[in-house]
Amino acid sequence: MELRNRVRIRETLISIVLTVVAFSSLAFLVGIVLVLFREGLPIFRETGLGAFIFGRDWYPTYDPPSFGTLPLIAASFLVTAGAMVIAVPVGVGSAIAISQVLPTRARTVVKPVVELLAGVPSVVYGLFGMQVMAPLVMDAFGLPTGLTALTASIVLGIMALPTVVSIAEDAISAVPGTYSEASYALGATKWETMSRVIVPAASSGILTAVLLGMGRAIGETMTVLMVAGGAAVVPTSFLQPVRPMTATIAAEMGEAPVGGSHYHALFAIALVLFVVTLAFNMVAEVYTLRFRRRVAGA
Amino acid sequence: MSGSRDASRDASRDLVAVSGAALKTKDVRTASHATQASGDLWKRRRRRQTVMLALITSTLLVTLGFLALLVGFVVARGAGVISWEFISEMPRNAMTEGGILPAILGTLYLVAGAMVVAAPLGVASAVFLTEYAHQGPLVRVIRIGVNNLAGVPSVVFGLFGLAVFVKTLGLGVSIVSGALTLAIVVLPTIIRASEEAIRAVPASYREASLALGATRWQTVRYAVLPSAMPGILTGCILGIGRIAGETAPIMFTAATFYTARLPGSIFEEVQALAYHIYALVTEGTHPEAQVPIAFGTALVLLALVLGVNLVAIILRSRYEKAR
Repeated sequence: MELRNRVRIRETLISIVLTVVAFSSLAFLVGIVLVLFREGLPIFRETGLGAFIFGRDWYPTYDPPSFGTLPLIAASFLVTAGAMVIAVPVGVGSAIAISQVLPTRARTVVKPVVELLAGVPSVVYGLFGMQVMAPLVMDAFGLPTGLTALTASIVLGIMALPTVVSIAEDAISAVPGTYSEASYALGATKWETMSRVIVPAASSGILTAVLLGMGRAIGETMTVLMVAGGAAVVPTSFLQPVRPMTATIAAEMGEAPVGGSHYHALFAIALVLFVVTLAFNMVAEVYTLRFRRRVAGA
Repeated sequence: MSGSRDASRDASRDLVAVSGAALKTKDVRTASHATQASGDLWKRRRRRQTVMLALITSTLLVTLGFLALLVGFVVARGAGVISWEFISEMPRNAMTEGGILPAILGTLYLVAGAMVVAAPLGVASAVFLTEYAHQGPLVRVIRIGVNNLAGVPSVVFGLFGLAVFVKTLGLGVSIVSGALTLAIVVLPTIIRASEEAIRAVPASYREASLALGATRWQTVRYAVLPSAMPGILTGCILGIGRIAGETAPIMFTAATFYTARLPGSIFEEVQALAYHIYALVTEGTHPEAQVPIAFGTALVLLALVLGVNLVAIILRSRYEKAR
């Protein structure tokens, strides 16, 4: 009896500990939200939400300072859009090529290589962009500096490629073989089968890949910090230096006095960034579920 | 029997779905009359196929080309700098000469610290989600939390670490603050990999253990976890590869550009490879001396990260073959 009681107590303790621990990720997520609100809200009180998001002047160290983040938000979206122009066609095309065109043996080599390269640290992409890509862009367009929105878009686009390729390839490979067999049986060619049967069937999975690639690009810090140029003006062209949200936080947090308006403003930018990426992830999750249901229900 | 009947029914249903889709498009509708049509149409379809497949394949070449260019440049410009002295000595002369030993050690300390915290938390969470929790709204909420934590931008983790570990808990800019921040970054990776590994353990293992009179924990500890261990380890190794290259989370919590000596305790700030690369090309006054060192450091970091990931990929493929 003694032994059985001891075992029962231990079992209960362990299950309590595991339950508590399992909530830690949720606690961290909630903690992040709370910290962003606590440290970011004071600036909204100071400048007002509208002036913060739509203000065109970001002069955090002037006297009096001005905390308009429109240039930063616009820069983030501009650079991300540019990156997607590269990453979506090239990435989705590559995914189709890997799953549909390559022979099996080549596929088993190429897919892991691409996944391996997804692990290249962003600071290495930043170094590459700064030292290799920026001089190229500067010469090609005769600009005073190569650190522009275009350069950042190119480097971010390359960086998002492995993510897009890997997830889109998974989605395309998950389309049941019966689909393509049925299409071939109707006399369709390989290209017709790919473009009208397989890719449409995998479309929601491919969309997930694109959304996750976008989420990665908009939240990316080191690359844009090193490559985008850093000018906090509302961008009017791809060929000018810009200052995305992430770069602003990373560049200015070191100098912002703790508890000052500038410090709060940087947390508020992080809050905006968090909300945007959360939205991307939520939408991506919805499409993942839809894709799973579709493939499973087929 | 019923299996094959199901399969054929599936196939015929797909056939109907596909032919429905095909009928909407002009070419294939004409193609259904292809028996009497001239060979022209067929030739045109073949030609279009050749062109499109070439186009699709060329996008893959572009992808591989870009990535080869990136790795190639880092290797080409970094290899000349690498020597035994470069990885085993302290920096000299305001970072323009000497080695990067403090950065290598700093990265190892930060990663080790993060894994010591994140691995037990992650594996325990995964055990709860798979073996203990009733599948329902609770598990779904936790899983949404894990997924969204994985999508938080790295600089936001840095701010969280700054506000909580550095300021509120008073740990300062230190190895501890950086390691704790990185632990949160890597937690979702470990949870997902462990969950997948535990789910892959056959139910018969658990049933056999329970039938022998083992308790739930004994079953987890002696039947489930040992069998899931290779998968869990692979997840942890992938996690190491991820955080070894992170820069933004340690920028305000742990990293410093210049230290004259190695850290004496976990409450001191450190150099780290990733941050060192950034600092070398954005700070200091001797770019001509610093940029080559940055490429050398990048090559060391790249070798470390890709090496770690390669080990994980090889382990995973072996493990999947063994199943």
